[in-house]
Amino acid sequence: MTKKSVILLENVSKTYPLYHHIQGGLKNFLLRLPKALKSTIETKFEALSNISLSIQQGETFGIIGKNGAGKSTMLGLMAGVLKPTSGRLMIDGRISPLLELGGGFHLELSGMENIMLNGVLLGMTRAEVKKRIGEIIEFSGLSDFIDQPIRTYSSGMLARLGFSVIVHLDPEIFLIDEILGVGDMSFQKKCLEKMMGFKTKGVTMVFVSHSISEIEKICDRVCWIENHCVKMIGSVSEVVPAYSATMND
Amino acid sequence: MRLTYYRDLILVLTQKEMQVRYKNTFLGYLWSVAQPLALAFVFFVAFKVVMRINVPNYTLFLITALFPWQWFSNSVTSANGVFIGNASIIKKINFPRYSLVIANICQDSIHFFLAIPALLIFMLYYRIWPHWSWFYGIPVLFVIQFITTFGLSLIVASLNLFFRDLERLTSIFVMLLFYCTPIIYPADMIPEKFRCFLNFNPVAPLMVNWRNLFLEGHMDVFYMLISLLYGLGFMSLGVFIYKKLSYRFAEVL
Repeated sequence: MTKKSVILLENVSKTYPLYHHIQGGLKNFLLRLPKALKSTIETKFEALSNISLSIQQGETFGIIGKNGAGKSTMLGLMAGVLKPTSGRLMIDGRISPLLELGGGFHLELSGMENIMLNGVLLGMTRAEVKKRIGEIIEFSGLSDFIDQPIRTYSSGMLARLGFSVIVHLDPEIFLIDEILGVGDMSFQKKCLEKMMGFKTKGVTMVFVSHSISEIEKICDRVCWIENHCVKMIGSVSEVVPAYSATMND
Repeated sequence: MRLTYYRDLILVLTQKEMQVRYKNTFLGYLWSVAQPLALAFVFFVAFKVVMRINVPNYTLFLITALFPWQWFSNSVTSANGVFIGNASIIKKINFPRYSLVIANICQDSIHFFLAIPALLIFMLYYRIWPHWSWFYGIPVLFVIQFITTFGLSLIVASLNLFFRDLERLTSIFVMLLFYCTPIIYPADMIPEKFRCFLNFNPVAPLMVNWRNLFLEGHMDVFYMLISLLYGLGFMSLGVFIYKKLSYRFAEVL
C-alpha cells in the first residue's frame, strides 16, 4: 500500500532580512546611508536552506538538531505561520500546532477563558469547544486552578493546558515543539500514551525534541538538521546513533 | 459552517478584549459610559462655559457627534497595538489575522452602543424625542463607519509592525482630524472659503450625519454617499496593504 504524503517540502529555504540598521533609528540610518543601505540589502540570515522532505500520512516524524539549527523555523513553516522564501511547501490536512509554551494564550485570562480562546483560534467553533471543555480540564488535571489567571501558572501547568487543548481537537497533522520537557513525569507519561493512541489512529505527527529516548520511543523516521541544512533523514535506528555520536565529541 | 466559525472567532476575540480591558478595574464596564461623558464635560467647560459658543443645547449637540467620533478614534488609535499586543498568538497559530482588527473595532462599537442610553437621557432632558428613522439610519451609518474604521485600522495595524513611528503619527493625525471635523462646533461656523474643504475630510460627512440623525431624524444623502465612498476606498487600500504584508507578520514580531 502506497501512502500519500501529507507534508511535502521541495528545496525550501527561509531567510530573514536583518533589520538592525533601521531599528537603530533614522539618525543612524541617514548618517551612514550608503553603508546602511548596502547592509540592509545584503545581510540576510538563512534559517533554513534547501530543505526537501516528505512525510507520509500516519507517520510519526522526529526532528532533531542543536539549538538554533532551524528546527523551530521548520515547524513554523509547516504550521503556516511562516512562508518559505523559496521552494515549494505543500500541506494536506488540518494542522494542529503546539509550537511553544503559552503560545496562543492570554496571561490575564483564566484557564477556562483561555481554553475557549485557544480552541477557537485553532479552528474549533464555540459549540465544539464547549462540548469538550470538561474532557480538556480533566485531562489537564488543573481543575482546581482553572478559574485563576494563567499568569499565576507554572511553566509545567501551561504545558499541561496547551497540550490538553490541542489533543482534543481531533488533529489530522499534529506538530509539537519540545514542550513536554517541562511537564512532570506523570503528565509526560499521559502525553506519550495519548500520542501512541494517535499513532494507532493514523494521525500524522511531527515532533521536535531534545529527548532522544522520547524520539526512539514514538518516531518512525527522523530528520537531523545541522547548520540549517538536512544532515540526514532515515529510520530511527540509522539517524539517532549517528546524531548521538556527534554529541559525545 | 465556515461562517459560524468566523462569527465565533470574532466573538471570542472581542470577548477577550473586553475581559482584558476591564480586568482589575473597580468600575468595570461603567467606564465605557463614564469615559466619553467625562470627555464631553471637559469640552463643555472649555467651549460653553469659558468660550461661550453660541449653540443651543450644546451638551446634546456635542455628544451626538462625540460618541461616534470616540468609537472611530479609539479604534484607529488602538489599531497600532492590535498585532503587536497579540504577538504570542500570531507567532504560534495560523488564523486569519484581520479578525483581531475586527474584534478591536467591535469592542469599541459596543462601548458606543452602551453610551447611547446616556445620549437618550440627555435628549429627554432637552425634550427632543427619538425618531423612527433611527431604525434604518443607525444601521446604515454604523456599517459605513465600520468599513471606514476597518480600512484605516488595517492600514495602521499592518504598517506599524514595520514602521513603529506610525503610533505617534496616528495620535497626532487623529487629534488634527478631530479639530478639523465639526464635532465641538457646527459646520456653519467654518469660514465660507474653507467650507468646501470639509468634503476632503473623510470622517466629517459621517459625523455630521450622525448628529443630524440623532437631533433631527434625517440624513443627508449626499454626505452619506461621500462617506460610503471614503469607506470603500479605505477598505480596499487596507485589504491591499494587509494582503501584501500579512505573511511577514510572524517574522517581524
